[in-house]
Amino acid sequence: MKTKMSSKQYEKYIKDKLPKPAYLKNCIAAFIVGGLICDVAQFISNTAKSYGYNQEAVSSITAASMVFLGAFLTGIGIYDRIGKFAGAGSIVPITGFANSMVSPAMEFKREGFVFGVGAKMFILAGPVLVYGISASILIGIIRYLLGK
Amino acid sequence: MRKKFLLGSDRMAGKRLGKQTLKFSSPPSVISNAAIAGPKEGEGPLSQYFDLILTDDYFGEDSWEKAESKMLKEAVKSAVKASGRSNTNIDFMFAGDLLNQIISSSFAARELQIPYIGLYGACSTMAESLCMGALMIDGGFAEAVVCATSSHFCSAERQYRFPLEQGVQRSPFTQWTVTGAGAAVVAEAGTGPYITHATIGKVLDFGIKDANNMGAAMAPAAVDTITAHLNETGRKPEYYDLIITGDLGKVGKAIILDMMPKEGFDITKVYNDCGSMIFDSEKQDTHAGGSGCGCAAVVLNGYIAKEMKRGNINKVLLIATGALLSPTTTWQGESIPCIAHAVAIENAIGVGV
Amino acid sequence: MDYLKAFLVGGAICVIGQLLMDLTKLTPARVLVAFVTAGTILQGIGIYQTIVDFGGAGATTPLTGFGYSLAKGAMKEVREAGLLGAFTGGLKATAGGIAGAVFFGYIMALLFNPKSK
Repeated sequence: MKTKMSSKQYEKYIKDKLPKPAYLKNCIAAFIVGGLICDVAQFISNTAKSYGYNQEAVSSITAASMVFLGAFLTGIGIYDRIGKFAGAGSIVPITGFANSMVSPAMEFKREGFVFGVGAKMFILAGPVLVYGISASILIGIIRYLLGK
Repeated sequence: MRKKFLLGSDRMAGKRLGKQTLKFSSPPSVISNAAIAGPKEGEGPLSQYFDLILTDDYFGEDSWEKAESKMLKEAVKSAVKASGRSNTNIDFMFAGDLLNQIISSSFAARELQIPYIGLYGACSTMAESLCMGALMIDGGFAEAVVCATSSHFCSAERQYRFPLEQGVQRSPFTQWTVTGAGAAVVAEAGTGPYITHATIGKVLDFGIKDANNMGAAMAPAAVDTITAHLNETGRKPEYYDLIITGDLGKVGKAIILDMMPKEGFDITKVYNDCGSMIFDSEKQDTHAGGSGCGCAAVVLNGYIAKEMKRGNINKVLLIATGALLSPTTTWQGESIPCIAHAVAIENAIGVGV
Repeated sequence: MDYLKAFLVGGAICVIGQLLMDLTKLTPARVLVAFVTAGTILQGIGIYQTIVDFGGAGATTPLTGFGYSLAKGAMKEVREAGLLGAFTGGLKATAGGIAGAVFFGYIMALLFNPKSK
């Protein structure tokens, strides 16, 4: 063909032919759904507090409950429909973390329970844990060196 | 004169036009077709043209990979049956698919027991298999071959992108992999439609890295192959009733219609795209359209085959386009190399070249 | 009222995530890693606590909150147990969430199959 374009030129050329995401609609959806999910967590938190649990226990109970919720909604096949609408509103909360573990676990069941379910559970959660835990260890070390 | 002193160009005279186009001296006939489509495709605009529409994605199997392989196998069986031949007098099977190690095709071949040549051209496989099949027959090596390919939304998503239940938002230019399998029996003896020419594509890469933006990645390859075909055959776009790409989708379609005039050809009047035809993107929420080997396969073996039989389409140029990436190359930050192969299928052996 | 504050803060953090996904080439997985790390660092320098005090679950539910819990736990253990605490503290504080994710994840994978789309 006669037309020769560099990668940058081609990228520029196609820009106006690419449909743009509905930025405003996506942000509003993310805001509303994300906010609502946090409210569910707030409700669980408040309920746990009213039963007299201390702050640490309340955090754990809330986290575990939200994870259960995310896992369950993924299992029954609803979470992806929420995600389609809400985008980051369902990906960013901890329910999204649960979804990112349960969905590959379900998906790869055909490959068995060790290498399928067991291993694939961490394809998306793995990096989150690696970087989160490593960062917290670094912070702890720095804190120690600065003398608390 | 001993054969080995014949010059290469003499042996090829009339059989090769330019660098990429092959002209068949005894054009083989496509004597039967079969198109099997998934449920979503069965709800689309072309549903009346499919021979079988599945009620669910599993097709009675317990994994999507097995379902896809079964679709391919059944498409081949169906096409062979419709040809009046049996498995034992189909000489070769050319097939490929999107899965790692083309397992859908190989496992189907295991069941079918036809001497098998596996191909990988990603979504260009339908045209690639027809090219190879026609070559085998025109070269005098076979009397009848079957050319087939398949794809499956679930097996492709799981391999290339995300687990199905993951809550992600697809970008507006993402395409939907078609669940479908198509097969064509091509034979030396027949009354058409004839495969008259094939144009073998080169791999082109214009630097697109986003695996969600296939249409833009593949368009230049399609432009290159169509241009080569038209230049080398001397045909004008209007020679054909239909110049149809495999799965450029909405975005790729816009790009190709813009780029072709720069090459000196206006294909607008006769152009369409299988990916844009197979779904109603508004109602079915398929964003930029269909993709996958199965897309060109079911449109060719369903819609185009039937319309050619009815005489509504007499001369078609199918350009199936493939994106030759793998998840590994994406993670390594590579861009997406693409290829497009073309086959000319005509109801009567053409006047032009 | 704490529900309103949670809604606003949680929603705002999600909007930041949405903008990152729509405007940059970052995939959802990378956005999540960035958020966890950001939450950890922001708590390390003491800022995230103020967001939590105001936003409650709106700050702890997004993945930044997971990073916050990790950092808070690490810092607390360092105060009480010295250097070893840097390693044990983060996981101690988030054990409930992580164990729940693994266990419930496994159960759901056992019970359910992915649906056709």
